[in-house]
Amino acid sequence: MQRNDSSESTREIVVPGDLLADKGMKAGPGTYVEDGNIYASLLGIKSIRTNVVGVVPLSGQYVPIRGDMVIGKIVDMGASNWLVDINAAHPSPLHVNEVPWRVEFGETGRFMTIGDLVLLKVIAVDELGRVQISMKEHGLRKLAGGMVTDIAPAKVPRVIGRSGSMIQILKNLTGCRIHVGQNGRIWIDGDLENILIAVEAIKLIEKEAHSRGLTEKVKGLLEGASKRGE
Amino acid sequence: MGGTPLPEGIKLIDENGKRIDGRRPDELRPLSIEAGVLKRATGSAYLEWGNNKVMAAVYGPRECHPRHMQDPTRALVQCHYNMVSFSVDDRKRPGPDRRSQEISKITSEALTHVVFTEYFPRTSIDVYIEVLQANAGTRCAGLTAASVALADAGIPMRDLVASCAAGKVEDTMVLDLGKEEDNFGQADIPVGYIPRTNEIVLLQMDGDLTIDQFKTGLGMAVDACKKIYDVQRDALRRRYTVPAEADEDTGSAEVK
Repeated sequence: MQRNDSSESTREIVVPGDLLADKGMKAGPGTYVEDGNIYASLLGIKSIRTNVVGVVPLSGQYVPIRGDMVIGKIVDMGASNWLVDINAAHPSPLHVNEVPWRVEFGETGRFMTIGDLVLLKVIAVDELGRVQISMKEHGLRKLAGGMVTDIAPAKVPRVIGRSGSMIQILKNLTGCRIHVGQNGRIWIDGDLENILIAVEAIKLIEKEAHSRGLTEKVKGLLEGASKRGE
Repeated sequence: MGGTPLPEGIKLIDENGKRIDGRRPDELRPLSIEAGVLKRATGSAYLEWGNNKVMAAVYGPRECHPRHMQDPTRALVQCHYNMVSFSVDDRKRPGPDRRSQEISKITSEALTHVVFTEYFPRTSIDVYIEVLQANAGTRCAGLTAASVALADAGIPMRDLVASCAAGKVEDTMVLDLGKEEDNFGQADIPVGYIPRTNEIVLLQMDGDLTIDQFKTGLGMAVDACKKIYDVQRDALRRRYTVPAEADEDTGSAEVK
């Protein structure tokens, strides 16, 4: 395989085992080091920032990382905790101490029941992959109304856009309230018509996540849709 | 195998050294792979290799079942090899049997070697290999497809595993046995190989070979694995090469 120049704009697709760089570079995410050489461990796009070489994944399951905002679904209840499906390998427990209400022992069902959707934050992940989640931070809450659409977790960064640019366009042009979970769940609330337009735009982003001029395409779709509505 | 007599009047290798399907002794059957064919699976691959048709699907990392098998330090790679009932001439009795359990086991072991299992503690990576049409060499086809499906699932791996068989037919070492050669040949060596590190992750032998014949066969299989490896990588790259991008990216992603 030829080596392209090292600017960020080259979108070289790499496959596990591809040599990314030799000595002198630092190994970023999606890579591993053997004999001082850096190899790709994921299928993705090679990225180089200053002297760190990494792979931006194109697919994959959600792996929780501390600080992630996620949308979870309650799947079980205990006397002092809820079990939440956050689209990761394991459901994770949400303890009553981590919710913004004072919950008596055994009274969990009065606050949230199975099937409810919640906006959460991952506060810790230990080396055994056990996840601690919290609902105590500002803005985290139970999600009432609206609808949820699922996308591939690897495509979430494109829906958010660079420093939130894409999601801002979506919010402004559809007038919907949108929360994007890092786990690939997106909650949208607003007029039914606008929700459907937003979902259409999100599916477009997911489908063409790695093509150029995506922002323009999404803008075009949203503006075209709002004209049709008038 | 080995002792099975060849039907009267049929030669597996003709006087020109050509094989029963017209191949040279060191020639592979045509191979094509497509990645990402199943929507519900985390990763998938469809492979056609001669008359073999194999579908591989990867799910996870997800919760490990049965629970007592889960490992608190690493992920389990669990393969399920299955031949569908219509994959062979006589109806194959469905369900797991001795042979498919063996193949599931060796495929799991070969793939565990390349996957970074320690990144996903307490989980299981489930690999399903369905043989839709069988024509000798399905374990190699299954392993080849499964490693493409794993990469497509975004699972971190050291490298892809390529796999191919060599064997002995009428005292000649040949590559990639076809069905007749497998049935009436003398020996068969399936090989799973990692080209980058030059490691062998699967090696079996069925039949009798001298040491020299074994070495020739292994060498042929390893060389073939390198070609198969290129097809695998091409399949993965092709999945994400969009036509719209072709004008800027002067075909660098298209390696054939």
